[in-house]
Amino acid sequence: MSTVEVPVPTLPFGKRFTRWFGRNTIRIYAVVGFTYLFIPVLYTFAFSFNDSAKSNLTWVGFTFKNWQNPCGAPEVCDALGNSIRIGLIATTVATILGTMIAFALGRHRFRGRSATNTLIFLPMATPEVVLGASLLAMFLNFGINPGFWPTVIAHIMFCISFVVVTVKARIASLDPRLEQAAMDLYANERETFRRITLPLVAPGIAGAALLAFSLSFDDFIITNFNSGTINTFPKFVYVSAGRGIPAQANVVGSSMFFLALFIVLTGELIGRKRRKR
Amino acid sequence: MADASTSSRGDLKLTRITKSYSDFNAVDDLSLTIKEGSFFALLGPSGCGKTTTLRMIAGLEEPTAGSIHIGTTDITTMKPYQRPVNTVFQNYALFPHLSIYENIAFGLRRRGIKDVKSAVDKALDLVELPHLADRKPNQLSGGQQQRIALARAIINRPALLLLDEPLGALDLKLRRQMQIELKWIQKEVGLTFVHVTHDQEEAMTMADTVALMHDGKIEQMGSPADLYDNPKSVFVANFLGQSNLIDGKIVDSDGDNFVVDLFGQKVSVLKSRSSAKDASVLFGIRPEKLRIQPSDADKPGNVLTGGRIVDVSYIGVSTQYQVEMPWGQEIMVFEQNDDGIPPLAKGDGVRLSWEPIFSFALDGHEDATAGSEVEVSE
Ligand SMILES: Nc1ncnc2c1ncn2[C@@H]1O[C@H](COP(=O)(O)OP(=O)(O)O)[C@@H](O)[C@H]1O
Ligand SMILES: [Mg+2]
Repeated sequence: MSTVEVPVPTLPFGKRFTRWFGRNTIRIYAVVGFTYLFIPVLYTFAFSFNDSAKSNLTWVGFTFKNWQNPCGAPEVCDALGNSIRIGLIATTVATILGTMIAFALGRHRFRGRSATNTLIFLPMATPEVVLGASLLAMFLNFGINPGFWPTVIAHIMFCISFVVVTVKARIASLDPRLEQAAMDLYANERETFRRITLPLVAPGIAGAALLAFSLSFDDFIITNFNSGTINTFPKFVYVSAGRGIPAQANVVGSSMFFLALFIVLTGELIGRKRRKR
Repeated sequence: MADASTSSRGDLKLTRITKSYSDFNAVDDLSLTIKEGSFFALLGPSGCGKTTTLRMIAGLEEPTAGSIHIGTTDITTMKPYQRPVNTVFQNYALFPHLSIYENIAFGLRRRGIKDVKSAVDKALDLVELPHLADRKPNQLSGGQQQRIALARAIINRPALLLLDEPLGALDLKLRRQMQIELKWIQKEVGLTFVHVTHDQEEAMTMADTVALMHDGKIEQMGSPADLYDNPKSVFVANFLGQSNLIDGKIVDSDGDNFVVDLFGQKVSVLKSRSSAKDASVLFGIRPEKLRIQPSDADKPGNVLTGGRIVDVSYIGVSTQYQVEMPWGQEIMVFEQNDDGIPPLAKGDGVRLSWEPIFSFALDGHEDATAGSEVEVSE
């Protein structure tokens, strides 16, 4: 039998494009989506190199001076320091309390458990304006003036819910037979918690802490109500937006972004290495 | 840590154990003694209460009533970590964040035992996986995880090793291989094994003693041969292998035997093989114990005549016949293909014979299908 030459038909461009588009739809969406997400970050990063005098709205020229002297503009580092201090304290306390609540809700049956489960969601669902105003009213009623500590307390309050939800999800995915196996292998309750439960829940707790810190660092509305004369980074940016944000704010913003990126990537790398080993 | 793991040895004794959940008893007034050093199988269909029983022995579940002893020590209310008992869990439950080495060393470390390294190496050698010490559990195959779970338990030399369907997740070939290996390991280490399974073949091939469980109770307990040859209930007769059960009446007594009337034909059964409560019986005979001959043959022993072959399947070592009896019931016969005689054909008239000692008689008021339709796969 002789082989028959099958001519390969060349499709018209329109058809070929449709086919190519069909095959790559998801990739195209991804590129568009990520571009949309990262353009503001890129913009912020680019303008941290802007050689601007007062307002950082128009491109003047390239310089490293903002990065060399991030505290150059008045109040930037003062506000940043406050934000970090508030964030660290609020994160620590909220993570500890929230983790404990998550264990109670995830592991024990007690009266009012389902009610607690619902109530824990409320702060997340309440509009921040309402939350901020009520907290302020409450502090004033107790004779406490707005300032550093009222802000910390307010941040702890709204962070706890997020910590509870995150850690609880991790606990729920934990196989109870692992703890039973540990008890079967002569580990008492405390050792079981320390050697099995805690290490397995730890990634969830770490994630919750990161989330809490970024929520606290980022918060403007509740902070604005309760911080009085204390300046935080979001407050500083908001206030200076009217008269021109100094380029140092871009430096701080970009640094925060790269720090977060670094943490996420490191976590991912460690996780991958562990799985490989 | 002060615990009973080194002090108490001896037989395991469950006394009238009950575990109730809101509306029913998962384990119902169960009593049981397991000899020290034996390989004991707890066999039964899915949902009959095997896992619950095991968990009460391990201390992971508290009995509603009853007591548990090892030797003379009452362990009923002891915490799991105080008991000289270790478990191989149904899904292995290896610690995912610890290396294989640390998984196996876990029990020794908790008890503050010094020479961990050599013990772990020995345990790894026993299960033939010394090269996997540094891996994590999720990098192992199912069969390997199974062995590690075994090593992790055995290393502690418990008075009692509990295995909950340890081979359930393995494929058939690996399962057969592990059955042999487990049996060998048990002999090697000399520990008491309590092996839970719903696979009757597994229980029969591995265990010294089998307890067949049904609805939270022990239906019958004994050596595999005893359970197979001398079942005391329809459930046991049908769950372990296959049985032909024929309605009959005890009509006479003849020395050690009862004479039983099966639809007009007289056969005999040992009195010791009868658990009949009155004259009404279910007469039992295993398919492979039956001999099949053309109608005109003459052979002594118990005989049933008037059969007709309705189905023949040739399966290599044996031939399987379905024989319809005059009263309409179909009897199953497995005939070894070892005598050079060509198999009989469909439609042939036949008679069935057997040695009287191979038959048994059950209470005639029981449901003849109990235990036969129970699913054996989980
Ligand atoms: N915590 C529980 N609550 C209610 N019922 C349960 C619980 N644990 C087991 N059971 C029931 O008890 C019975 C026996 O279960 P189990 O011991 O796991 O059976 P097996 O291991 O023999 O398959 C089943 O009907 C099961 O549904
Ligand atoms: Mg089970």
